[in-house]
Amino acid sequence: MSTDRRPMILMTPAMLWLFGLMVVPCVLILVLAFFRRGVYGGIEYTVTLENLALVFDPLYFKIFLKSAGIAGLSAAIACVLGYAAAYAIAAMPRRHQSMLLFFAVLPFWSNYLVRTYAWIVLLNREGLIVNLARWLGFEGELPSMLYSEQAVIIGLVYNYLPFVILSCYAPLSRLNPDISEASRDLGASGWTTFRRVTLPMTVPGIATGFVFVFVLSIGNFVTPALLGGGQFQMIGNLVYAQFLTANDWPFGAALSMVLIAVMLGLLMLQAVVAERASGRKGAQNG
Amino acid sequence: MADRNTFRLMLIILGVIFAFLYIPISVLVGLSFNEGGLPTAWTGFSFKWYGALLENEDILKAAGNTLIVAIFSTLLSTLLGSLLAIGVEIRRRNGKWLETLIFAPMIIPDIVLAIALLSFFSLIGVKMGLHTIIVSHVVFNLAFVCAVVRARLKNFDWSIVEASADLGASTFTTLKRVIIPVLMPAIVAGALLAFTLSVDEFIIAFFTAGAGRASITLPMQIFAMIRFGVTPEINALATLVMAVSVIALALSQRLNKGGLPGQ
Amino acid sequence: MIRHTLHSGVCLTVTLAAMAAPVLAEPLTVSNWDGYMAADAIDTFNAATGNEAELVLHATNEEIMGKLIASKGAGYDVVFVSSPFAEVLHNLGLAEELDHDKIPNIANLYTEATELPHDPGNVFSLPYAWGTTGLCYRSDLVAEPTSWYDLLEPTETVSGKTTMLATDRWLLAAGQLALGYSVNETDPDKMAEVRDLLIKAKGTLLAYDDTTFYAKLVSGEAELVQAWDGWCNYGIGENADITYMIPTEGSDLWVDTMVILKASEHKDAAYAFVNYILDAENHRWAAENILYKVPNKAAMDGVDPALIETYPNMGMAPADMLKFEQLRDVGAAQRDYSRLVSEIKAN
Repeated sequence: MSTDRRPMILMTPAMLWLFGLMVVPCVLILVLAFFRRGVYGGIEYTVTLENLALVFDPLYFKIFLKSAGIAGLSAAIACVLGYAAAYAIAAMPRRHQSMLLFFAVLPFWSNYLVRTYAWIVLLNREGLIVNLARWLGFEGELPSMLYSEQAVIIGLVYNYLPFVILSCYAPLSRLNPDISEASRDLGASGWTTFRRVTLPMTVPGIATGFVFVFVLSIGNFVTPALLGGGQFQMIGNLVYAQFLTANDWPFGAALSMVLIAVMLGLLMLQAVVAERASGRKGAQNG
Repeated sequence: MADRNTFRLMLIILGVIFAFLYIPISVLVGLSFNEGGLPTAWTGFSFKWYGALLENEDILKAAGNTLIVAIFSTLLSTLLGSLLAIGVEIRRRNGKWLETLIFAPMIIPDIVLAIALLSFFSLIGVKMGLHTIIVSHVVFNLAFVCAVVRARLKNFDWSIVEASADLGASTFTTLKRVIIPVLMPAIVAGALLAFTLSVDEFIIAFFTAGAGRASITLPMQIFAMIRFGVTPEINALATLVMAVSVIALALSQRLNKGGLPGQ
Repeated sequence: MIRHTLHSGVCLTVTLAAMAAPVLAEPLTVSNWDGYMAADAIDTFNAATGNEAELVLHATNEEIMGKLIASKGAGYDVVFVSSPFAEVLHNLGLAEELDHDKIPNIANLYTEATELPHDPGNVFSLPYAWGTTGLCYRSDLVAEPTSWYDLLEPTETVSGKTTMLATDRWLLAAGQLALGYSVNETDPDKMAEVRDLLIKAKGTLLAYDDTTFYAKLVSGEAELVQAWDGWCNYGIGENADITYMIPTEGSDLWVDTMVILKASEHKDAAYAFVNYILDAENHRWAAENILYKVPNKAAMDGVDPALIETYPNMGMAPADMLKFEQLRDVGAAQRDYSRLVSEIKAN
């Protein structure tokens, strides 16, 4: 079939679409990052490295670190919860598993804004949680939970948790129960079995989940805007601001290049993790 | 084999996590039927906020726009994505670059694709509007359709294609008579997934929309409403939007048993 | 293969460019803030003049500026923006130089409103509403504030219940005014002081908010907020305990303006629209319903005195407002302002 040209014909329209509307625009952003902003926005076509230098300016680097911190914490929490949920689903009887998984993932496919908005209703100072606390007899002042770093993290974890459940469930469901049984027969405790056998073999699923939640969080601008009260800036908010408020497209372009670089770096790391894990699996099988 | 306590622990974990996942959205759904509309007190069951939606011309217009965007981008991406999947699977030996190109739209951060498209449209002087949202949505939608269809093709028996060719059928006939009918459930499942994604997509639409009400989609409308405060109408709108996504996803799942979207 | 791909890429680009050609005649597009003019203003304008205008909304100045700069003004005919942004549109060459013969109702404006520092003689902008920026608070929950420091360094009971405007210029203005500097100050040392003051203030803040602060006051989520006078009036309308005041250090004079875009394809209709808005009766309706002062003498003279009683800031005389400095476009220094705001928000 190698000389067959027919598949190329089938693929061409889609490939052209992706080329014209993804590759070309992304290359454009890459180029844009090397131009200078005009005094009133717009682009001055003088080549410069100052936008890239600005990314490493202490101020923006600080914002970068802070948003990486929030994204990392969100991703870590989502991974713990998601792994626990996936593990629990995999421990249920087989016939119920796909149903449970379906309902775990269902919220992920409902509107992101709506899911975020739900937390405004729950968390605000006159919101449901506070009223519930009052109703239960709590007196005195509760601190505002909304418009805080915690609110942003809750929002991110809530929104991306289903994804982690999905990515962790895949390796867990493929896990051969014989292996853990063998480990137990050899005298290992349940915890040791989990730590030495189950966990290492399912690390790639956790890594995938972590990378995705991290990348989606660090590039997010909706959740910090709605749940953070405008007080927290993720890289996503900075990019948003450069394009829609500061009108500094070249700098916005440079920032989004950083986002892509972070994503690629993490994906490579994840590939390494997956390869290691599969190597270990091979050794165990052999 | 798991002993009773472990099993009980697993049930508790599931209970807690499902509560975390479902309580917030259930609250919204519940509030949407609350006559008073406020989260502070239940004043009685009412459809009045749904009635208010139907009288809100901005929301109706935005809903109409969303449908236009979702339908056109779904049709286009289903066609392109399915053909791409078939081509890729026939070829089998695909280079890393090709696989990356097909995978990229699913993982590229929305905001990066959004600003890239905004800059692109703006620099080549395309006037933005619903059409720019549609073509932009096709970019990621076709990748998702392709993934769903490819998953089905993994178990495809290629010998029937060869048999069809041996019987003298042209490529086109083989495609139309043999491959596509077998793939139909996956193609429809992919289309429904694309529809859901397009209905809910906010960031790319926000950046590639044109001037004026003519290109405001429902998520953009919802974003504006949330920014102007918590109103009971949003609860009703949110409930409807979620219902649409859930129905489309459930249908997609039913048609394409065995593979959850995203898996 | 490469050539083939390139060729196809060019074809695609050409096809896309072809889509750019306008297919349908578009209506006169007016962009304004939500609820900033009569809900039926567009309909009555259409009925009265036979035009087909359409209203679109923007949440903030920056949002509409981003869209205008991206499209070089195409797609919009009349936009409502605050004066420094109108200046930017003018400096970018996107604003139409106004032909006063087509706007007879310009005669209704206060003399002061035709000589505003940002645009003396109304060359490119027409004032639509004006006022001050001060403190809006729940008089039943907090002691009467006197100074910007009551907001920036709140007492313990108010801490965590204050909001500040999220828009760069007004956020900075609170610090500039508190320190006694010009609201257009660009001196780096002075601005560093402003930054430090605002970083400290951030620690006591509930949120940055320029769209829902009055709703937060009504619900009790916030008790003391930085506010534009007219939006404070929305809160006063829902809860009489809400009060507006101008701190002793002063305020800025903000002016929201109408700008016709040079790229407009419906210039005559656009002129007809701005003239329609400046009509004494229409502009009075706006003042009475959006609760903002309008710079239209003929309109303000007709405003119901009872309304001014309820919303005292509506009665402020133009001469008193003009004591305050207007925010001006600071040109290249805007980039420094953006950076300062990033620094504040990064802490």
